[in-house]
Amino acid sequence: MKKYQHILDLLPYGPSFCFVDDLEHIDENGATGTYTFKESASFYAGHFPAQPITPGVLLTECMAQIGLVALGVYLLSLKGKVDESLKIAFAESHVHFEKPVWPGETVKVVSRKIYWRMGKLKCEISMYNREQERTCYGQLSGLIRP
Amino acid sequence: MSRKEIEEKLKEIIRPYVQNEAAFENMTAQTDMLRDLQINSAHLVDIILDMEEEFDIEIDDDTAEKMLTVGEAIDITEKLSNEKN
Repeated sequence: MKKYQHILDLLPYGPSFCFVDDLEHIDENGATGTYTFKESASFYAGHFPAQPITPGVLLTECMAQIGLVALGVYLLSLKGKVDESLKIAFAESHVHFEKPVWPGETVKVVSRKIYWRMGKLKCEISMYNREQERTCYGQLSGLIRP
Repeated sequence: MSRKEIEEKLKEIIRPYVQNEAAFENMTAQTDMLRDLQINSAHLVDIILDMEEEFDIEIDDDTAEKMLTVGEAIDITEKLSNEKN
């Protein structure tokens, strides 16, 4: 059984589009989690054929799944009202990219809540590689309702 | 704070989120923030938070959800500011 298994179980993603492996810590103010971009992932064949590199949109998605959705599920669960009928929508992302993420790399996502109000969760989220270098960061928000 | 002052400050708060500049220039009390100004509904929360900070008021979620037009936003701000003083 993984840490925060009850939160992982409520993430609405199927295996082909889940970018969360583990959640290390979650509290009311933020979340930390990890994901390994598998070398065998199909998108590396096209991005790019001679030089595979993880697409920025997927780094952004990974930041959103750990930093917004997992945290949002946790926040809703504190109020005791979350199940599989969860409704989520991505609202905003303003992400700055600093370092590439290569196939097979494990990244850590650290999210800090800016606000959670009227179903909208906004966070400052950073992603780090194994060398603790920041690969990207930015403010993201989404709508999350039970 | 006068109603005119509230209106001017509110205009500055909503300006960054407006998608329809023409409607913004011709704004009246009846202007609907979502339908007319085409503000993304997810940004209404940002507007509420900015209003709370600018006017030093607390807008509860039920009140916030009823705030659809510019006039309603001014009414709510005026009422909450007066209650505070």
